Amino acid sequence: MSKRRRGRRARQAGWNAVGLAIFVVMVFPVFWMISTAFKSNEQIVSLSPTWFPLHPTLQHFRDAMNKPFFWVDVRNSLIVVCVTVAISIVLAFLAAVALARYGFAGRKLFVVLVIGIQMLPQAGLIIPLYVVLARYHQTNALTGLIITYMTFVLPFCVWTLRGFLLGIPKELEEAAMVDGSTRLGVFIKILLPLMGPGLVATSVFAFITTWNEYIFARVLLNDQSKQTVTVWLSYFLGSSRHTDWGALMAASTLTAIPVVVFFLLVQRRIAFGLTSGAVRG
Amino acid sequence: MHETSSNAAAGTLLGTSRRRRRFWNRTLQGAVPYGLILPVLVVIGVILGYPLYWLVKLSTQRYGLFELIRHQGVGVGLDNYSSVLHDGVFWRTLLRTVVFTAVNVTLTMVIGMLLALLLVRVSTYVRVLLSAGLVLVWSMPVVVAVQVWYWMTNYENGVVNYVLSKLGIGDFYQHDWYATTFSQLSIVTLLIVWGALPFVVITIYAGLAQVPPDLVEAAEVDGARGWRIFLDITLPILRPILLILTSLSIIWDFGVFTQPYLLIGQAKITSGNYLMSIYLFEEGYFKSDFGRGAAISILMLLIVGVLSVAYVRRMVRFGDAP
Repeated sequence: MSKRRRGRRARQAGWNAVGLAIFVVMVFPVFWMISTAFKSNEQIVSLSPTWFPLHPTLQHFRDAMNKPFFWVDVRNSLIVVCVTVAISIVLAFLAAVALARYGFAGRKLFVVLVIGIQMLPQAGLIIPLYVVLARYHQTNALTGLIITYMTFVLPFCVWTLRGFLLGIPKELEEAAMVDGSTRLGVFIKILLPLMGPGLVATSVFAFITTWNEYIFARVLLNDQSKQTVTVWLSYFLGSSRHTDWGALMAASTLTAIPVVVFFLLVQRRIAFGLTSGAVRG
Repeated sequence: MHETSSNAAAGTLLGTSRRRRRFWNRTLQGAVPYGLILPVLVVIGVILGYPLYWLVKLSTQRYGLFELIRHQGVGVGLDNYSSVLHDGVFWRTLLRTVVFTAVNVTLTMVIGMLLALLLVRVSTYVRVLLSAGLVLVWSMPVVVAVQVWYWMTNYENGVVNYVLSKLGIGDFYQHDWYATTFSQLSIVTLLIVWGALPFVVITIYAGLAQVPPDLVEAAEVDGARGWRIFLDITLPILRPILLILTSLSIIWDFGVFTQPYLLIGQAKITSGNYLMSIYLFEEGYFKSDFGRGAAISILMLLIVGVLSVAYVRRMVRFGDAP
């Protein structure tokens, strides 16, 4: 009996060791980014790497922020993201209510549209979007990018919010209707407050997707003063032979921070929203 | 039927107007869902529908920079399509992309499955640590991840070369990971699998929680061993999740752009290492040959469309219960 238990404990320790090893491998790139960002240049170019910067320096962060167009492009990203998310979340919420609460002719077609659009390869749309926006002089303008992002953010928001709405029992609304509330009253007094967390989580996720987007921003915006921060970061290497790795990693860290913070806040909710449908089948 | 039977009773003016009001009410109620989806439909219709119409139109035109400025293309019929379909680069790119996708998806799903099963077996503290790590990786923006990987695999002082040499795997001093197409795409694959694993692992792990423990116990009592339990109980329960994850991965990996484009780097991208999205970007956008680019886009959309059908149908079934 005790031999068997010892065997089980040894096996458990083995699995734990494997788990920890995988943790180290998976997290290493993130660790290396942060670690490099705080190292001195001598430590960075040295052939035997320093694992932990014991005397951290903020110089690389200062260099990254003082690079031309950093602040302008951060501002551009914020404008694009906020406008896109604000408009999308309102419009998507209405459509999500229709999907979660009403049966109507053409419903299936609408669902196909919402899911299908999210599957379109973005590269497949750069040519027509570029040509059409160029015709209306909306290339190199944030409006053009906002409009483009809405097509992709809207379906995602509709689908995710629909999931959250399905989690709210219909009976609550029906009870209020029996008590003499109008549909609009139910919407404002019952649905909206209950949907608070879902709306926040969906907005944050939309924020992240938009903030991270690269290919459309790369194609549609040409001026460095008009670009978003991901494009700015992608040009960071430039053409110089000697790359400023420290500043590049500092810039990467800066770009990632808002996303990581937001993501950690809402990940649980969204992961549930994405899979609840799949598990049910 | 009700109308006729109640006709006499409803003959009064009062009754008629009430009935009429009810009719309008019902019609309005029926219109509510359409009103709700209208804004989304309009936005999608205008911003996606109009460019899609243009996509088809462009694909039958000669449309370069000159035509872009003139706002007027020159009709060439199906020449763009035949030019693409007679282009050896297109077929080689398609084949490369298919193989690339197959490798990426297989690696993602197999490793994802193994890690999810591992998560069940480890102690709580390892599980918490590993999930936290996975979420951290999941949250990394793609462009940031690319820059970090580029720095790690850099030939001069990349940490990967150092670690591999130290571990005695070989002499990787100043080894250039971007020297051959195979090596380039392998690094891109590692980056993509690394980035895709968190979503896959966490989703499969959530699915594993659906496996009823009494079912597994009953099987164990009946003498079933680990492998049989996995094949006969776990796998069938996970099937819908695995199907959705696999089709999503196929669609994403087939159209992947940012990772290979930025990691291989513009200087090293040639027709010899194109993936589909990059081929489209270089031939259509970069060379400003929008007509031909449009034809490539349509071919690519068709391929992905075929790949997506199974996935969309599955998802629609879930979304259909109001």
